[in-house]
Amino acid sequence: MVTVDDVWAALAEIPDPEIPVISLVDLGVIKDVEIEDGKVRIEFTPTFMGCPALEPMQRAMEAKVDELGATAEVRVVLDDSWSTDSITPEGREKLRLAGFAPPTPRPVGKLDLVQVQRATFRCPYCGSTDTKLENLFGPTPCRSIRYCDACRQPFEQFKTL
Amino acid sequence: MSERADLLLAIADDELVLGWRNSEWTGIAPFLEEDVAFSSIAQNEIGHARALYELVAEELGTTADELAFDRKPEEYRCSPLVELRRLEWARTIARHWLYETADEMRLAALKASDDPEVAGVAAKMDREEAYHRMHAEMWVDRLLSSDEGRARLSEAIDELWPYALGVLDEELRPELRQRAEERLGRKLPEVEPVPRGVHEAELAELWEEMTMVRRSAPAGTQW
Repeated sequence: MVTVDDVWAALAEIPDPEIPVISLVDLGVIKDVEIEDGKVRIEFTPTFMGCPALEPMQRAMEAKVDELGATAEVRVVLDDSWSTDSITPEGREKLRLAGFAPPTPRPVGKLDLVQVQRATFRCPYCGSTDTKLENLFGPTPCRSIRYCDACRQPFEQFKTL
Repeated sequence: MSERADLLLAIADDELVLGWRNSEWTGIAPFLEEDVAFSSIAQNEIGHARALYELVAEELGTTADELAFDRKPEEYRCSPLVELRRLEWARTIARHWLYETADEMRLAALKASDDPEVAGVAAKMDREEAYHRMHAEMWVDRLLSSDEGRARLSEAIDELWPYALGVLDEELRPELRQRAEERLGRKLPEVEPVPRGVHEAELAELWEEMTMVRRSAPAGTQW
């Protein structure tokens, strides 16, 4: 019999399609796993709504559960429950090692440009905090571009969402 | 059609059409960082349109793709502001700021909805829209910092102001006026809003392009 823990362990092996160093479980986008009458129900939310990998991720989850000998029903939930604060500490460390600055914690009030520009980000290459915001937007919706004045290297930062 | 479906469809159409318009900057923006920014904003807007179409589709027993691409241009509910094709930078920024400001007010109302699905989608959208607003504010600051920029932005805002009012329902328009006048430091003209349902000629052109692939290979065709 497949257990909820087996499913979580299997889902932890699915890489994010755009940043493959981090798994869907590390990202915190799997909201819930339930097993009822042998059927595995997974609730999942995308990081960004325009995510082009929604269907491949759903299929990857179904395939993983299939390998465990069960059938999955993946439900995409769109609500306010996910933020970048849901990324696990392990996930943040994996991002850093791959050259992405992890997101800053979400402020209590409204997130604005001044906060984003002033937030301290450590360069993932040289460790300096002498970095500045180059572009709010980056190669995928979840990233911004920063520039390190110490090692003169641009780097990607995960947006605080 | 229910009032809910009607409202969500109008917003979805706004986001879809504006997403297309923003994507027209991909590759030809004034500099590379703006190619990236407008492309990313376009992707977000189209993602929002998809989520809203899905809510409507569930209610109407259809699909998001059918709603997005199988209607005739005159059946779209988008506001004329998003239909305009503006290949001029100050006008693009003026529309961007006016739309994002109006959208923030509209989303605040939806987030407070007692329909949990609508409130949830609106809240998730708003997290992403915060970055669009920051980007628009940054550009308004930049244009306001020089005489030429200020003059160009001012002219563009005056031209688009009747369209911007048309994005919102009547009760939200005074707040948009207040916010815009505060931001620009001047009074805006008293004008008749350009309402939804009246379409600019540019929409038909956009529709031709946007639906071309789907019309040439209708749903169900194997690719």
